[in-house]
Amino acid sequence: MIELYILLIFMIVGAIIAIEVKDLLSSVVTVGAVGIALSMAFLILKAPDVAITQLVVEILCLIILIRATLKKDLPFISTGRWFLNTLITVGFIAMFLFVAAKALKDLPDFGYPIMKVAKIYIANGLAQTGAANVVSSVMLDFRAYDTLGEATVLFTAVIGVLAVVRKIGRKNQEGQDD
Amino acid sequence: MIREQDKGMSVIVKTVTRFTMGLILLYGIYILSHGHLSPGGGFAGGVIVALSFVLLMLAYGKETALKKFPKGVVSFFENAGAIMFLSIALLGFTGGYFFLNFLDKGEPYKLFSAGIIPLCNIAISLKVGAGLFAIFVALVLVKLESEKKV
Repeated sequence: MIELYILLIFMIVGAIIAIEVKDLLSSVVTVGAVGIALSMAFLILKAPDVAITQLVVEILCLIILIRATLKKDLPFISTGRWFLNTLITVGFIAMFLFVAAKALKDLPDFGYPIMKVAKIYIANGLAQTGAANVVSSVMLDFRAYDTLGEATVLFTAVIGVLAVVRKIGRKNQEGQDD
Repeated sequence: MIREQDKGMSVIVKTVTRFTMGLILLYGIYILSHGHLSPGGGFAGGVIVALSFVLLMLAYGKETALKKFPKGVVSFFENAGAIMFLSIALLGFTGGYFFLNFLDKGEPYKLFSAGIIPLCNIAISLKVGAGLFAIFVALVLVKLESEKKV
Protein backbone atom coordinates (compact mmCIF):
# COMPACT_ATOMS: atom_id res chain seq x y z
CA MET A 1 0.00 0.00 0.00
CA ILE A 2 3.02 2.30 0.42
CA GLU A 3 3.34 2.79 -3.36
CA LEU A 4 -0.23 4.09 -3.48
CA TYR A 5 0.59 6.74 -0.90
CA ILE A 6 3.73 7.71 -2.82
CA LEU A 7 1.61 8.13 -5.97
CA LEU A 8 -1.01 10.17 -4.10
CA ILE A 9 1.62 12.53 -2.66
CA PHE A 10 3.19 12.80 -6.13
CA MET A 11 -0.19 13.74 -7.60
CA ILE A 12 -0.85 16.40 -4.94
CA VAL A 13 2.61 17.92 -5.43
CA GLY A 14 2.16 17.83 -9.22
CA ALA A 15 -1.20 19.56 -9.00
CA ILE A 16 0.22 22.31 -6.80
CA ILE A 17 3.16 22.77 -9.21
CA ALA A 18 0.72 22.91 -12.15
CA ILE A 19 -1.12 25.79 -10.49
CA GLU A 20 1.94 27.68 -9.31
CA VAL A 21 4.29 27.43 -12.29
CA LYS A 22 4.40 30.51 -14.53
CA ASP A 23 5.01 28.84 -17.90
CA LEU A 24 1.84 27.50 -19.50
CA LEU A 25 3.54 24.60 -21.31
CA SER A 26 5.19 23.39 -18.09
CA SER A 27 1.81 23.53 -16.40
CA VAL A 28 0.24 21.36 -19.12
CA VAL A 29 3.08 18.83 -18.88
CA THR A 30 2.68 18.70 -15.09
CA VAL A 31 -1.05 18.02 -15.48
CA GLY A 32 -0.08 15.14 -17.81
CA ALA A 33 2.28 13.75 -15.15
CA VAL A 34 -0.58 13.86 -12.62
CA GLY A 35 -2.78 11.94 -15.07
CA ILE A 36 -0.13 9.26 -15.65
CA ALA A 37 0.25 8.86 -11.88
CA LEU A 38 -3.52 8.49 -11.58
CA SER A 39 -3.48 5.74 -14.19
CA MET A 40 -0.68 3.96 -12.26
CA ALA A 41 -2.76 4.27 -9.10
CA PHE A 42 -5.65 2.57 -10.91
CA LEU A 43 -3.27 -0.22 -11.91
CA ILE A 44 -2.13 -0.68 -8.31
CA LEU A 45 -5.79 -0.82 -7.21
CA LYS A 46 -6.28 -3.64 -9.79
CA ALA A 47 -8.54 -1.77 -12.19
CA PRO A 48 -6.82 -2.23 -15.58
CA ASP A 49 -9.90 -1.17 -17.58
CA VAL A 50 -10.00 2.24 -15.95
CA ALA A 51 -6.20 2.52 -16.15
CA ILE A 52 -6.15 1.96 -19.92
CA THR A 53 -8.94 4.46 -20.51
CA GLN A 54 -7.35 7.04 -18.21
CA LEU A 55 -3.97 6.63 -19.95
CA VAL A 56 -5.21 7.02 -23.52
CA VAL A 57 -7.59 9.89 -22.72
CA GLU A 58 -4.78 11.61 -20.80
CA ILE A 59 -2.46 11.34 -23.80
CA LEU A 60 -5.11 12.73 -26.16
CA CYS A 61 -5.95 15.59 -23.77
CA LEU A 62 -2.24 16.36 -23.40
CA ILE A 63 -1.76 16.55 -27.18
CA ILE A 64 -4.82 18.78 -27.58
CA LEU A 65 -3.76 21.04 -24.69
CA ILE A 66 -0.20 21.36 -25.99
CA ARG A 67 -1.47 22.16 -29.50
CA ALA A 68 -3.88 24.70 -28.05
CA THR A 69 -1.55 26.43 -25.60
CA LEU A 70 1.75 26.43 -27.43
CA LYS A 71 3.10 29.92 -28.15
CA LYS A 72 0.34 31.47 -26.09
CA ASP A 73 0.72 33.25 -22.79
CA LEU A 74 -1.95 34.05 -20.28
CA PRO A 75 -1.68 37.29 -18.34
CA PHE A 76 -0.70 36.64 -14.75
CA ILE A 77 -2.99 38.53 -12.42
CA SER A 78 -1.46 39.22 -9.04
CA THR A 79 -2.95 42.56 -8.02
CA GLY A 80 -6.38 43.11 -6.54
CA ARG A 81 -8.22 42.13 -3.41
CA TRP A 82 -5.79 39.50 -2.21
CA PHE A 83 -6.92 39.71 1.42
CA LEU A 84 -10.58 38.99 0.60
CA ASN A 85 -9.60 36.23 -1.84
CA THR A 86 -7.37 34.52 0.72
CA LEU A 87 -10.07 34.82 3.36
CA ILE A 88 -12.70 33.24 1.09
CA THR A 89 -10.30 30.46 0.06
CA VAL A 90 -9.39 29.60 3.64
CA GLY A 91 -13.06 29.67 4.61
CA PHE A 92 -14.02 27.28 1.82
CA ILE A 93 -11.12 24.93 2.62
CA ALA A 94 -12.16 24.84 6.29
CA MET A 95 -15.79 24.17 5.35
CA PHE A 96 -14.79 21.42 2.93
CA LEU A 97 -12.52 19.75 5.48
CA PHE A 98 -15.27 19.88 8.11
CA VAL A 99 -17.88 18.32 5.80
CA ALA A 100 -15.40 15.75 4.47
CA ALA A 101 -14.40 14.68 7.99
CA LYS A 102 -18.07 14.17 8.84
CA ALA A 103 -18.78 12.27 5.63
CA LEU A 104 -15.66 10.08 5.59
CA LYS A 105 -16.42 8.76 9.08
CA ASP A 106 -19.45 6.88 7.76
CA LEU A 107 -17.72 5.33 4.76
CA PRO A 108 -16.70 1.66 4.86
CA ASP A 109 -13.01 0.92 5.38
CA PHE A 110 -10.62 1.03 2.43
CA GLY A 111 -10.64 -2.34 0.67
CA TYR A 112 -13.82 -3.56 2.38
CA PRO A 113 -16.67 -2.28 0.22
CA ILE A 114 -20.37 -2.86 0.82
CA MET A 115 -21.19 -5.26 -2.01
CA LYS A 116 -24.96 -5.39 -2.18
CA VAL A 117 -25.46 -4.98 -5.94
CA ALA A 118 -21.98 -5.82 -7.18
CA LYS A 119 -22.05 -9.25 -5.55
CA ILE A 120 -24.85 -10.32 -7.92
CA TYR A 121 -22.98 -8.98 -10.94
CA ILE A 122 -19.75 -10.80 -10.04
CA ALA A 123 -21.56 -14.07 -9.36
CA ASN A 124 -23.84 -14.06 -12.41
CA GLY A 125 -21.95 -11.91 -14.92
CA LEU A 126 -20.34 -14.72 -16.90
CA ALA A 127 -23.40 -16.97 -16.87
CA GLN A 128 -25.94 -14.33 -17.83
CA THR A 129 -24.01 -12.33 -20.43
CA GLY A 130 -21.28 -14.71 -21.63
CA ALA A 131 -18.62 -11.99 -21.31
CA ALA A 132 -15.43 -13.03 -19.52
CA ASN A 133 -14.65 -9.42 -18.58
CA VAL A 134 -17.01 -8.50 -15.74
CA VAL A 135 -16.44 -4.77 -16.26
CA SER A 136 -17.57 -5.10 -19.86
CA SER A 137 -20.64 -7.12 -18.90
CA VAL A 138 -21.64 -4.49 -16.31
CA MET A 139 -21.02 -1.61 -18.71
CA LEU A 140 -22.84 -3.00 -21.71
CA ASP A 141 -25.44 -5.34 -20.25
CA PHE A 142 -26.42 -4.69 -16.66
CA ARG A 143 -25.83 -0.93 -16.80
CA ALA A 144 -26.20 -0.26 -20.51
CA TYR A 145 -28.40 2.77 -19.89
CA ASP A 146 -25.44 4.52 -18.25
CA THR A 147 -23.29 3.79 -21.29
CA LEU A 148 -26.00 5.15 -23.57
CA GLY A 149 -26.09 8.34 -21.50
CA GLU A 150 -22.30 8.59 -21.63
CA ALA A 151 -22.34 8.21 -25.42
CA THR A 152 -24.98 10.94 -25.60
CA VAL A 153 -22.82 13.22 -23.46
CA LEU A 154 -19.87 12.72 -25.81
CA PHE A 155 -22.09 13.32 -28.85
CA THR A 156 -23.34 16.56 -27.30
CA ALA A 157 -19.78 17.59 -26.47
CA VAL A 158 -18.62 17.06 -30.07
CA ILE A 159 -21.61 19.02 -31.40
CA GLY A 160 -20.88 21.78 -28.88
CA VAL A 161 -17.22 22.06 -29.89
CA LEU A 162 -18.09 22.10 -33.59
CA ALA A 163 -20.78 24.75 -32.95
CA VAL A 164 -18.45 27.00 -30.95
CA VAL A 165 -15.55 26.88 -33.42
CA ARG A 166 -17.56 26.92 -36.65
CA LYS A 167 -16.51 29.37 -39.31
CA ILE A 168 -19.74 31.33 -39.86
CA GLY A 169 -20.01 32.60 -36.32
CA ARG A 170 -16.36 33.56 -36.20
CA LYS A 171 -16.60 35.50 -39.44
CA ASN A 172 -19.64 37.43 -38.21
CA GLN A 173 -17.81 38.32 -35.05
CA GLU A 174 -14.82 39.55 -37.02
CA GLY A 175 -17.06 41.75 -39.11
CA GLN A 176 -18.54 43.32 -36.01
CA ASP A 177 -15.13 43.91 -34.53
CA ASP A 178 -13.86 45.61 -37.66
CA MET B 1 9.22 12.18 -51.54
CA ILE B 2 10.97 15.54 -51.43
CA ARG B 3 7.73 17.36 -52.04
CA GLU B 4 6.14 15.53 -49.13
CA GLN B 5 8.71 16.98 -46.75
CA ASP B 6 7.36 20.48 -47.17
CA LYS B 7 4.61 19.99 -44.61
CA GLY B 8 4.77 18.42 -41.17
CA MET B 9 7.72 17.39 -39.06
CA SER B 10 11.19 16.08 -39.94
CA VAL B 11 11.88 12.96 -41.98
CA ILE B 12 12.78 10.94 -38.86
CA VAL B 13 9.36 11.57 -37.33
CA LYS B 14 7.67 10.77 -40.63
CA THR B 15 9.51 7.46 -41.03
CA VAL B 16 8.78 6.37 -37.46
CA THR B 17 5.15 7.38 -37.94
CA ARG B 18 4.94 5.31 -41.12
CA PHE B 19 6.18 2.25 -39.22
CA THR B 20 4.15 2.70 -36.04
CA MET B 21 0.83 4.09 -37.19
CA GLY B 22 -0.45 0.78 -38.50
CA LEU B 23 0.63 -0.98 -35.32
CA ILE B 24 -1.19 1.58 -33.16
CA LEU B 25 -4.32 1.26 -35.30
CA LEU B 26 -4.13 -2.54 -35.07
CA TYR B 27 -3.66 -2.37 -31.28
CA GLY B 28 -6.72 -0.16 -30.98
CA ILE B 29 -8.75 -2.62 -33.03
CA TYR B 30 -7.46 -5.46 -30.82
CA ILE B 31 -8.43 -3.60 -27.64
CA LEU B 32 -11.92 -2.83 -28.87
CA SER B 33 -12.64 -6.23 -30.34
CA HIS B 34 -11.44 -8.08 -27.23
CA GLY B 35 -13.29 -5.77 -24.86
CA HIS B 36 -15.49 -8.57 -23.55
CA LEU B 37 -12.52 -10.85 -22.82
CA SER B 38 -9.70 -8.68 -21.54
CA PRO B 39 -9.31 -5.18 -20.06
CA GLY B 40 -10.13 -2.42 -22.47
CA GLY B 41 -13.33 -1.98 -24.40
CA GLY B 42 -14.98 0.34 -26.85
CA PHE B 43 -14.00 3.63 -25.25
CA ALA B 44 -10.27 2.91 -24.87
CA GLY B 45 -10.03 1.21 -28.26
CA GLY B 46 -11.78 4.11 -29.96
CA VAL B 47 -9.42 6.61 -28.37
CA ILE B 48 -6.39 4.58 -29.49
CA VAL B 49 -7.75 4.45 -33.07
CA ALA B 50 -8.26 8.22 -32.92
CA LEU B 51 -4.73 8.66 -31.54
CA SER B 52 -3.24 6.87 -34.54
CA PHE B 53 -4.87 9.39 -36.85
CA VAL B 54 -3.82 12.24 -34.55
CA LEU B 55 -0.24 10.94 -34.85
CA LEU B 56 -0.57 10.95 -38.64
CA MET B 57 -1.86 14.52 -38.52
CA LEU B 58 0.93 15.72 -36.21
CA ALA B 59 3.68 14.11 -38.28
CA TYR B 60 2.47 14.70 -41.83
CA GLY B 61 0.46 17.88 -41.45
CA LYS B 62 -3.20 18.67 -41.81
CA GLU B 63 -3.67 18.01 -45.51
CA THR B 64 -2.39 14.42 -45.60
CA ALA B 65 -4.46 13.32 -42.62
CA LEU B 66 -7.63 15.00 -43.85
CA LYS B 67 -7.10 13.45 -47.30
CA LYS B 68 -6.99 9.99 -45.71
CA PHE B 69 -9.88 10.70 -43.35
CA PRO B 70 -11.99 13.63 -44.58
CA LYS B 71 -14.35 15.57 -42.38
CA GLY B 72 -17.43 14.06 -44.02
CA VAL B 73 -16.16 10.55 -43.29
CA VAL B 74 -15.48 11.52 -39.66
CA SER B 75 -18.99 12.82 -39.12
CA PHE B 76 -20.42 9.80 -40.96
CA PHE B 77 -18.58 7.40 -38.64
CA GLU B 78 -19.65 9.33 -35.57
CA ASN B 79 -23.32 9.28 -36.57
CA ALA B 80 -23.10 5.66 -37.70
CA GLY B 81 -21.69 4.64 -34.32
CA ALA B 82 -24.43 6.45 -32.43
CA ILE B 83 -27.20 5.02 -34.63
CA MET B 84 -25.68 1.52 -34.46
CA PHE B 85 -25.58 1.61 -30.66
CA LEU B 86 -29.16 2.86 -30.41
CA SER B 87 -30.46 0.36 -32.96
CA ILE B 88 -28.78 -2.53 -31.11
CA ALA B 89 -30.53 -1.30 -27.99
CA LEU B 90 -33.85 -0.97 -29.81
CA LEU B 91 -33.51 -4.43 -31.38
CA GLY B 92 -33.78 -5.78 -27.86
CA PHE B 93 -37.50 -5.07 -28.12
CA THR B 94 -37.77 -8.12 -30.39
CA GLY B 95 -37.26 -10.21 -27.26
CA GLY B 96 -38.93 -8.00 -24.70
CA TYR B 97 -37.08 -4.95 -23.44
CA PHE B 98 -34.50 -2.25 -24.17
CA PHE B 99 -30.87 -3.49 -24.27
CA LEU B 100 -31.88 -7.14 -24.20
CA ASN B 101 -28.97 -9.44 -25.05
CA PHE B 102 -30.92 -11.05 -27.86
CA LEU B 103 -28.05 -12.83 -29.63
CA ASP B 104 -26.65 -16.22 -28.72
CA LYS B 105 -24.30 -16.05 -25.73
CA GLY B 106 -21.89 -18.52 -27.27
CA GLU B 107 -19.01 -20.24 -25.55
CA PRO B 108 -17.26 -18.14 -22.86
CA TYR B 109 -13.67 -16.97 -23.43
CA LYS B 110 -14.10 -17.17 -27.22
CA LEU B 111 -13.88 -14.11 -29.45
CA PHE B 112 -17.40 -14.61 -30.83
CA SER B 113 -19.32 -14.79 -27.60
CA ALA B 114 -21.31 -12.61 -25.23
CA GLY B 115 -24.08 -11.72 -27.68
CA ILE B 116 -24.44 -8.00 -28.32
CA ILE B 117 -21.51 -6.82 -26.18
CA PRO B 118 -18.84 -6.94 -28.95
CA LEU B 119 -21.22 -5.18 -31.35
CA CYS B 120 -21.85 -2.47 -28.75
CA ASN B 121 -18.08 -2.15 -28.26
CA ILE B 122 -17.57 -1.64 -32.01
CA ALA B 123 -20.35 0.97 -32.13
CA ILE B 124 -18.97 2.88 -29.13
CA SER B 125 -15.45 2.79 -30.54
CA LEU B 126 -16.64 4.21 -33.88
CA LYS B 127 -18.44 6.98 -32.04
CA VAL B 128 -15.66 7.81 -29.59
CA GLY B 129 -12.84 7.62 -32.10
CA ALA B 130 -14.55 9.72 -34.75
CA GLY B 131 -15.85 12.20 -32.16
CA LEU B 132 -12.49 12.80 -30.49
CA PHE B 133 -10.74 13.07 -33.86
CA ALA B 134 -13.38 15.61 -34.91
CA ILE B 135 -12.72 17.65 -31.76
CA PHE B 136 -8.96 17.53 -32.42
CA VAL B 137 -9.41 18.58 -36.06
CA ALA B 138 -11.73 21.43 -35.06
CA LEU B 139 -9.34 22.78 -32.42
CA VAL B 140 -6.30 22.50 -34.72
CA LEU B 141 -8.10 24.27 -37.57
CA VAL B 142 -9.13 27.09 -35.22
CA LYS B 143 -5.55 27.36 -34.00
CA LEU B 144 -4.18 27.56 -37.56
CA GLU B 145 -6.68 30.29 -38.46
CA SER B 146 -5.88 32.36 -35.40
CA GLU B 147 -2.16 32.02 -36.13
CA LYS B 148 -2.78 33.21 -39.67
CA LYS B 149 -4.64 36.27 -38.39
CA VAL B 150 -1.81 37.28 -36.06
